[in-house]
Order: sequence, then C-alpha cells, then structure tokens
Amino acid sequence: MSVYDSLDSITEELHKCMKCGNCMAVCPIYKETRKEVGVARGKISLAEYILSGEAEMTKGMADRFSLCTTCMACNTNCPCGVRFDKIILAARAEAVRKKGLHPVKKIAFTALKMQRMFDFGMKAGSIFQGVALKNAPSRHSKLARMRVDVGIGKEKLFPMLSKKTLRSEFPEVVTIKNPKMRVGFFTGCMINYFYTDIGRAVIEVLTENNIEVVIPKFQACCGIPASVNGDVDSACSLAKRNLRAFERMGADALVVACSSGGTAWKHVYGELLENDHEFKALADKWAKKSYDISEFLIHQVPFKKEGLGRVRRKVTYHEPCHLNRGQGISKEPREILKSIPGVELIEMKEPGRCCGMAGSFSLVHPDLSVQISDRKTADIQTTNTDTVATGCPACRLQLQSGIENAGFDREVLHTVQILAESYRVGK
Amino acid sequence: MLAHEVLEDLVQVLGRENVLTEQEDLLTYAYDATAAMKHHKPDVVVAPLSTEQVADVVKIALRHHVPIYPRGSGTNLSGGTIPIEGGIVLSMLNLNKILEVDQDNLTATVQPGVIIQALNDEAAKYGLLYPPDPGTVTTATMGGSVSECSGGLRGLKYGVTKHYIMGLQMVLANGEVIRWGGKTVKNVTGYDLVALFTGAEGTLGIITEIIVKLIPAPEARKSILAVFDDIDKAGRAIAAIIRNKVIPATLEILDNATIQTVENFVHAGLPMDAEAVLLCEVDGYKEVVEREAVLVERILKEEGAVQVKIAKDDKERDLLWLARRSALPALAQKRPTTVLEDATVPRSKIPDMLKAIRRIATKYNLQIATFGHAGDGNLHPTILTDERELEEMKRVHMAVDEIFETAIALGGTLSGEHGIGIAKMKYLGLEFGEAGVAALRRIKEAMDPNYVLNPLKMVRRD
Repeated sequence: MSVYDSLDSITEELHKCMKCGNCMAVCPIYKETRKEVGVARGKISLAEYILSGEAEMTKGMADRFSLCTTCMACNTNCPCGVRFDKIILAARAEAVRKKGLHPVKKIAFTALKMQRMFDFGMKAGSIFQGVALKNAPSRHSKLARMRVDVGIGKEKLFPMLSKKTLRSEFPEVVTIKNPKMRVGFFTGCMINYFYTDIGRAVIEVLTENNIEVVIPKFQACCGIPASVNGDVDSACSLAKRNLRAFERMGADALVVACSSGGTAWKHVYGELLENDHEFKALADKWAKKSYDISEFLIHQVPFKKEGLGRVRRKVTYHEPCHLNRGQGISKEPREILKSIPGVELIEMKEPGRCCGMAGSFSLVHPDLSVQISDRKTADIQTTNTDTVATGCPACRLQLQSGIENAGFDREVLHTVQILAESYRVGK
Repeated sequence: MLAHEVLEDLVQVLGRENVLTEQEDLLTYAYDATAAMKHHKPDVVVAPLSTEQVADVVKIALRHHVPIYPRGSGTNLSGGTIPIEGGIVLSMLNLNKILEVDQDNLTATVQPGVIIQALNDEAAKYGLLYPPDPGTVTTATMGGSVSECSGGLRGLKYGVTKHYIMGLQMVLANGEVIRWGGKTVKNVTGYDLVALFTGAEGTLGIITEIIVKLIPAPEARKSILAVFDDIDKAGRAIAAIIRNKVIPATLEILDNATIQTVENFVHAGLPMDAEAVLLCEVDGYKEVVEREAVLVERILKEEGAVQVKIAKDDKERDLLWLARRSALPALAQKRPTTVLEDATVPRSKIPDMLKAIRRIATKYNLQIATFGHAGDGNLHPTILTDERELEEMKRVHMAVDEIFETAIALGGTLSGEHGIGIAKMKYLGLEFGEAGVAALRRIKEAMDPNYVLNPLKMVRRD
C-alpha cells in the first residue's frame, strides 16, 4: 500500500515519532510561526488524532497539512528516522479524498493534464502576459510583477513566459555525429515555458560531450505539483503519459535539470503506479536510469574538462531540498563548479536551508514563503559573490525574486548554465 | 469549556492573531515530549508579546478561575507542560529576544522564549559560553530550561542550569511583576527567590526575563574513549579519575545493551561484547588539557580498560562521540515507545545502580538499555517498549517504580534533570516523606493560593 492510497499506510511511520520535537530545530515554517502546528510533530499528532477517530479530517485540518514546504529537513534531523515527507503526502491525499481539492489547485492541475490546451494557454500567455504583469527592472533576466494583487501579493516576481517553448525550439532528436550515448531530456514545465536558457544549456553541455539528446514532444508536467497536494489521479495520469513518451523514443538514460522532475522519475512514479503492473514495471525501469544533470555529468559521463574556458565568477551554491535531501546530490554540483577555471566557490551560511518556494506552497502561503525567502536572501547577501548557482528552476525563481526585492545584485543560474558558459568561452 | 468572556478578554489584551481557539491548533498543545502520557487539550493557546501581556493574562485567569499552563518548546520529559485541566496554554515563544550580552559582568539577559543554542551562538561571538547543555539544546527554550533546571553532559565540571541563573523577572500568581537577583555575584537580600523559581516547573510564577552567568569558553578540549569488559572496573575508573583530581567536562557511560544497539546502528567500532564504554572529555587551557588527557589515559589503563583511544583531532573526536550521540536515536528506533528515566545516584554508586537496573530488566522481562552522565551519577535507564502493548506497559510501570526505589535506597534522587511534572509526582513521598511533601505544598500555596499556575504538577492538591 503506498502513501497515496490510504492514511492507514503511515500508521507505523506515525508510531515511530516519540514527540521529542527535534524537528523544531530545522523546520523553516516553525521558525517563522513558532506555532506547534507548523512543525512536523504537530502535524503528526493531528494525523494520529484522525487515525484514532478522535478528530475528523476537516477543512481546517487540510489547511494545517498545507503548512509544509516538504523540504525534508525534519527527516534528516529526526532521531527516530521518521519519514515525515511520506506522512505529509498521505495526509494531503486523505484530505483531497475527504474534502476535495482546493478550487484554485483543481483548475491548475486539470490544465496541466491537458497538455495541448496548456501549451496554447501558455503561448497566448506569452503574448498577453503584459496585461497582468509589468516588467521588473533586472539586469540579468526578464522578471515581472503582478499589476494587481490576485491574492498572492504583488511582491512575488515571475519570470516572463518565453516567446518560444524549449520543446518547440529543438527537434525531437538533437543528432550529432557518432554519439557515444543517447539520452532522454525530461524538461519539466518551468524549463520548457520559462527558463528555456537552462534547457538550452543542458542540450549544449550534453552535445558538447558527444551525447545525442532526445526530447520527446509528448512529455508533460512531472505531476509533482499534483501528487504533493494530494491530487493522486492527476499525478498518475501525468506519470503514465511521461512514461509512454520516453518509452516510445527510447534512450540509454534520462536526465533532468529540475529537482522535482528528478524526484518524480526516481521515486514517485513507482509509488504512484504501484497497483498497475504494466506501468509499475515501466516506472521501475526508467527510475534506474534517471539522473539529475549534475549527477549524470559527474558519475555517468564523466564530462570532459578539456576545452573549458575561463569564467570569472564568485559563486555561492544553494541546495534545492529535493536534490540534496531528496536525492542525496550535494557534492556533484560543487564538483562541477570547482572544475570550471576562474570560478571561485564561496559557501553561504546554511546552503541546505529551504528557500520557501515549494511550488504551490508559495501561492497558498505567500507571506510565509516570503518570510522564509528573506532569510535565504540575507544569507546570500552576506557572501562576497556575484552569482548564485542552484539545481532547480523553482529555487532559481524564488532566489531571484528575493534578491530583486531586497535590491542588491546577484545573477542566479543553474549550475549547468555556468558549465555551458565555460565550454562556450573555451571555443 | 471556557466562558466566552475569557476569550473576549484574552483577545482584547493580545489581539486575535495571538489567541488560538480552533480545534486543529489546540490539539497540538495537548502533549509534550513525555512518552506514554494521556493527552489533554487546552481551551485556548495564547502567545503574549510582553511581560505586561503575561501579567494581564494571569489577571484574566485569576478573575475567571482558569488554570494557566506556561509552555516553551514542549520538549520536557515529565509531562510538565500538559494542560491537564484544560484552560490556557501560555506559549512563551514570542518573547524570544536576547536583550544583552554584558562582557564586563559576564552575563547575558534573555527573554524566556530564546532557544538555548541561540544564546550560545550569541555568546560565542564574544568568546563566552553558557555551559548548561541538555540534549534539547537546539530546541528547548531558556524559560523552560530554567523552570525545569535542566542539566546535560557538562554537569560534572560546570554544574547545571541553577548554577548559572543570577536574576529573574517574574509574573506572580496575583499578576504582579517582580525582579529578583541581578548582575552581582553576591546578593543575600531576602530569600533567594531566584533559586526557588529555578526548577519550580512554572508552578510558582511565570518567568519573563532571565539574567544568566556566562564563562570564558575553554580554549582546548580532548576526548578519550575507554572500553571495559567488567562494569565494576568501569565504575572504579570513574572514581579513580576524580580521586586523581581531574574533573572532566564530560564523563559518560554506555552499558552493554546500549553498545550493541548503537553498534548495529552506526558501526562506530565498539566491541559488541564490551560491558561498558566510558567517554571522557577534558577541556581548558591547551597545556592543562594535554596533561590531563595523558593522566586520564593512564588511569583508565591502570583500572583495567581493555582499550583506550585518544582523539587526535576534531574528526576523531566526532567519531568517538558518534556512539554517545547515537545512543538515544538508536534505542528509539528499536521500539515505538521509549521511556527515558533520569534517576540519579552519588557517582560512587554507579556500578550498583547499573547492576540493579539489569536485575530489574530481567525480573520484568523488559528491554532496558542504560547510558548517561556517569560523572555526575545521572543515568538514563531507557525502557524500549510499545504503549499499545498494555500488559507490557504494566510491567514497565512496575519496573519504573523499582528503579526509583533503588535510586533512593542508594542515597540518590528521583530526578536528576527531567523534573517531576505529572510523571513522578506520586513518588515524591519516597524521597521527602509526607512532611516534605506538605512543605512543598505550603510553599506552593503561599505563592499561588488558587492553584492557577500549572496546577496538578509537582504538588498534589488535597
């Protein structure tokens, strides 16, 4: 039984918690609210009350379970090894079964499922976005602010939709002469629609390393926004769609440059499709050959060091939660950065602390998200650097937004963009 | 249920955002870190922003005869913050400022919601240290720590919380605010209420400001690990170190049951058949530390340790401490419920206590692993159980009774550092006799005649 099926699936996980409260030391939400319900121990207690029948799954309960960025810092700090990330997923799925999905999320996740309509909407959006958004001045990339507050505040900055999606920019197979490998690239939505520069860098670096890149047209949203919010049906259909798309094209390996996408392919699809024999086998097969781009470049290729040009950047690295704690990838991006001539890596305080983005969390709890982000922004500001590298487009957006609002100057990039830059300079 | 006026009064004083009344929030204040305790949901949770607001809350509670349960992070192990009669939970977490570090007087002034580690981080900027270091140092608040008089690993050399509290501001049960003590080392003006309130578990008044003593942080430290094949030899080694006039900052022991669990968990390199491991750390000036480490090593060998290791650098030091740090986590993962006691005996009685605990484990057919602060006699017999197994829980309770009786018979005490709360209230007579319990009650009634503050904790109401 997976966590998505029933609250009963986490009974033993709940029993492991001895209520010591060690999660309080690391929870980004609790540090801001100082309310017990903000921290894992509080929500574990609520889940226990629901399971024992002493309390019901109310709308209020569902609201409380939304208070988690799923950063997994509590998992790491738990002396009893409680997997709170599983507990929160099970609780949210239960909330959706009992109370339905938050109306805004329902619209959003349905749209994600209907790829063609979504594409059309996004395209129209890229033309008409000026109506809702106004450009925010930034030296480094196109950012915009909401003109009117639609309930998520006007503070938040958004990247402007790209005129052309990444997947329409490239053919389905980017061929090269005598490739040593054929790799599937799962782009994810943010890279496809907003941060196409990250996607281009991935393709550039892979082809530079003599690897053929396959970008299946029919790939869709990774499904994580749906699964972490308890919308199991939407998540399952997206998982199947992606598995079909990559299976049809075939590849020696699959790479992602987004920590949610990596988590989806490595862990989540297998759990979501546990009861579907055919797709479960497919999910397991692809899980084994799915890699984050930095992991792939270090352990699978390994990427070529000759031809790397000098890039003068003082870089600090922010760890995406789902890359670091979720996939255990922390050394690899640093190793890439250190191998680039001219790059100086300067660590910030608590590089592994959550940036507060957490996907739709930042839409449902905009104030809290900004409070958490402010701490990260302050930590970045105190480093003597000009660039922030990270491994996740969602983190990139949050970091950029925080830095712009604080009014100082740092360029925020994906690690792979700096590597691509170095190859370019080296030519 | 709380009268509607009480809520209205509270909202008027604190504002709506600092008054929690929804079920979903209240349920999360029905417990603390104590294992196998009945939950009690409060009627309301308030989080004041100033001493004046705390005083106002006390006055409201007094007017409406509603109990108040002060709470920090809720990490205590005695049921001390559980709102057993409902009423108001008073969360002190919004009073979380470090008001001052005074380098000339070697003091810090803090609000009660400050996390202990935050104070230490601040003190470290000045090369100073606040020595009390309970296991919950990164989560527990100063207010909770003072109220429980928590101890920790450095008790042997540096003492416990009560040795570092110089002054308090407190709200009394009648809503009046008083200050006692201060920054002076010497102060004999009146009864020592600072000492009385430290460890009073929030039953006499509510602490709203704390002046603590800081000390210069030691310049160097060195860790030594010794393995014994005989528990008595380990006990004699503890006594021998002290007799040779070395006072280590820390002197910890792990028994065989703990060693086996820890070894399976983290593979720290301890022999599985070892009867006991001693972990010792000396600190101070570099030259002194060098001398003491060599001396401790010699003593341990003379007393029959089968293996002695001195950490050469920080990396090796961390490795030695891995076993000790992993003790509770490793044990906690074996069974769902971990009953952690803190019965304490004079350090010369440690071997007797360890043997008695082993006998009790056999007698009641329970898994009990023991580790703890051997240097100050404070052991943590840890019963691994499952609160859903009712028959086993009966045996757990009988074993706990017997552990307490043994500790007292050996000249020790019920609680070294966790406090009495609800969990150990019924045993007080064992240690004080009825006259002693009555004396406690008269103090309680003098300070809080209406039993408004943390009622039914520590002191019985007859």
